[in-house]
Amino acid sequence: MAGRAEFSLQGRQAFYFALLLAPPLLWLGIVYLGSLFTLLLQSFYAIDEFTARIVPEFTLATYRQLLTQPAHIDIILRTLLMAAAVTVAAAIIAFPVALYMARYAGPRTKAFFYVGVMLPMWTSYLVKVYAWRLILAKQGIASWGFEHLGLMGALDQALAVPVVGGPSLASSYIGMFVVFVYMWLPFMILPLAAALERVPASLLQASADLGARPGQTFRNIVLPLALPGLAAGSIFTFSLTLGDYIIPSVVGAPGYFIGMMVYQQQGTAGNLPLAAAFSVVPIVLIGLYLMLARRLGAFDAL
Amino acid sequence: MRSELPRRPSWERPSLFTRVMAAAGLVFLHAPVWVIALYAFTTEDRTYQFPPPGLTLHWFEVAFARDDIWESMRLSLLVASAATLLAIILGTLAAFALARRTFSGKESITLLFVLPIALPGILTGLALLAGMRTVGLEPGFWTIVAGHATFCLVIVYNNVVARLRRIPPSWVEASMDLGARGHQTFRYVLLPQIATALLAGGMLAFALSFDEIIVTLFTAGHERTLPIWFYSELFRPRERPVTNVVAVVVILVTLVPILLAYYLTRPDEQSQGS
Amino acid sequence: MPRGMPRAEPTVDMTPAIELRAMRRAFGSVVALDSVSLAIAPGEFFALLGPSGSGKTTCLRLIAGFDQPDGGTILLDGEDVTNTPPFARNVNTVFQDYALFPHMTVQENVAYGLRVRGVAAAERAQQAAAMLDLVRLGEFGARRPHQLSGGQRQRVALARALINHPKVLLLDEPLGALDLKLREEMQVELKGLQQRLGITFVFVTHDQGEALSMADRVAVFSQGRIEQLDTPRELYNRPQTAFVASFVGSANVVGREAAQALTGRDRAFAIRPELIDLLAAGEPAADGHVQCAGEIVDVLYHGASSRLRVKVNERTTLAVARSESAGGVQGLATGARVRLAWRPDHAVPLRD
Repeated sequence: MAGRAEFSLQGRQAFYFALLLAPPLLWLGIVYLGSLFTLLLQSFYAIDEFTARIVPEFTLATYRQLLTQPAHIDIILRTLLMAAAVTVAAAIIAFPVALYMARYAGPRTKAFFYVGVMLPMWTSYLVKVYAWRLILAKQGIASWGFEHLGLMGALDQALAVPVVGGPSLASSYIGMFVVFVYMWLPFMILPLAAALERVPASLLQASADLGARPGQTFRNIVLPLALPGLAAGSIFTFSLTLGDYIIPSVVGAPGYFIGMMVYQQQGTAGNLPLAAAFSVVPIVLIGLYLMLARRLGAFDAL
Repeated sequence: MRSELPRRPSWERPSLFTRVMAAAGLVFLHAPVWVIALYAFTTEDRTYQFPPPGLTLHWFEVAFARDDIWESMRLSLLVASAATLLAIILGTLAAFALARRTFSGKESITLLFVLPIALPGILTGLALLAGMRTVGLEPGFWTIVAGHATFCLVIVYNNVVARLRRIPPSWVEASMDLGARGHQTFRYVLLPQIATALLAGGMLAFALSFDEIIVTLFTAGHERTLPIWFYSELFRPRERPVTNVVAVVVILVTLVPILLAYYLTRPDEQSQGS
Repeated sequence: MPRGMPRAEPTVDMTPAIELRAMRRAFGSVVALDSVSLAIAPGEFFALLGPSGSGKTTCLRLIAGFDQPDGGTILLDGEDVTNTPPFARNVNTVFQDYALFPHMTVQENVAYGLRVRGVAAAERAQQAAAMLDLVRLGEFGARRPHQLSGGQRQRVALARALINHPKVLLLDEPLGALDLKLREEMQVELKGLQQRLGITFVFVTHDQGEALSMADRVAVFSQGRIEQLDTPRELYNRPQTAFVASFVGSANVVGREAAQALTGRDRAFAIRPELIDLLAAGEPAADGHVQCAGEIVDVLYHGASSRLRVKVNERTTLAVARSESAGGVQGLATGARVRLAWRPDHAVPLRD
């Protein structure tokens, strides 16, 4: 069965190989790729305005609808901005954790940290979202905390800020932002820690040896070499935020996000083509982001 | 193995800022889950008042008496078991096929095996829905299982292929050299090695399936898995602590396989026999 | 003389470039350096020689500042730097893995030491280019480290370490990763560079041939202590301990009791294989020479100089080297009985 690394397959081996690969390949090919393909196809169909039925003819009308209606553009921009903000915040918070884990912790502490980051990552998604609903609720822990710290005034001011504020933390963009950052934080920490761990100690010593103070070594050596890790983590935070539809509906302001739009359009609105078109947007955005990251040399140090 | 660390020179120790922020980050990650556990015991059932006015085990009783919870739990367990079984079979087959061979098109196939977890869940969910509509399939138990199995098999595949790649090819050659046929090599040499990886992958897949909501909402139709039950309860104004009780149960049920999977896949000395 | 005391001292009125006093460093229960003291004169080409685990690398790292001793002091140019971080010490290091920054070009790597001191860009570029010319890599400024060969990378590491004009250059196993031919070339180049620059070079190696050919003085390390600190010639001809005798030039070491049996004198000694003569059948030993007989247990043909191992008694097997021009090992086979002889003054008495 699993033989040596082979570079050409002949006869019997090829047969066994095909036998092994066929079931999973067929499954993924038909069930998964097939579904993706029908989705893409749907995005090129359109809803007949009168019968509200899907007209299976190739057209760009749905995409036009997507890109020309100002409400739709709003939705896309809103989601994009949130994704960007979450990515930046997650990177900042993740850095000390990843740095400590990768370079300063002893073997036992490091294992403790890895488990400590992994467990929340694998804990039920819904449970975590719900937990934040509790925390951010009007009489919940967050309010209690702000009150006791005497920061109620500051909280009210923050909530009064137009656009990002709201009636309460649990129904404002600020609250949503916090939840997003919390949810994706482990996805930023782990790749970052992996990248930081790969920096050879001799590079840091060489930098110090040549006269750089710790701050300079950090800026000139650690940060550039951590960039691939940051890039990898940011792809997660970016794409997860772009596609999420549950968090905005549980915690947050009335404005629509891409994910919510997709969910609503395929459900109550019955407009599968539009939902499909909307779901293509995150893919395109992520693709653009990857290209930008590569152009900026985020993957150079690899 | 040295258990003590060499003392670092004073100019290489982490700054206080780094240490505090690292600890704070870790606490930030864990605190919300403890909060949920706390709320499972509160006496107040309409709001999320903090501090809780009182503590009680009443809600656990209420939760255990609710039939809809048990129904959903049963469904989730069944779905997870079916999806995991499917995932183990398909994932292992794929792992054996792709572990060492190179052939034209390997890169694209490897990419295919990454897509289900790389693409946003909403895309997978919507795609499956579109696919179902196109072939006229009604959403139900098996569509849920199919959706779960798709990304669960990727999890199993990743675990098994990583372990397979760590087995030196000389082991298989040694086995053949000593006269073992294909299936014997598999049974006596390879299977014991991948057993833990298989187990770990299976458990991760189970936990993932049990907890899945994003794709399931698209493929479930009228069926209610436990996460779907949970999601619908989120907006109910009454008996809130019951939801928390269920949350605590879910955490515990998924915690065990996760931890076990972690301990099974840590690189250990056993697998390095050369 | 107590162990660990350097045999040759720099001139009294010159401040040593580097001075270590009773340096101690332990990692848990493993003692890496056990109260080591030495003094290196300015302008010396100094070697720290020893097998792995002997403490030589720990010693180098302590001088550079990447580690702090548990006890003792380090003085650079008379100044106590024991608690000074590496970026504040006037020494620079060439690392064993070269430690070139992968995300910077060769020129940026070399200019790094100036950059962190706030030197302006134009000035930096100029100095870096000059330094690259010095190591004959003038055309390679725009390349990245991964595009260079091992030998080229080492020269970049050298240039980078020299840009700050340090008083002392530390080199950690500089020639280890190079193949034989390149190694020999680099030996000559390093020696020439040091003489031109006139600064102190301290390098760590486990290769005694390297140490002997390049260094002015060598400190031989074993198990955290300096066994002997001497010029290469003295180390080779007059090893003081059994370890030095066998590590540097692989001499035969004859312990006390065996020496008693062979020479009648109760003193351990070392004798170089090439200084033992093989007597032809019937040939008498020269006057005053020590002689003995034994059985050949091993014959190794090495080309220019071959080796025999001869068992002369229960505990003692002597290695005899014979050049090809003197007959090599022709006609000699395992099991044959032979007679050996050597001059008594070629036997170097050993401590303990």
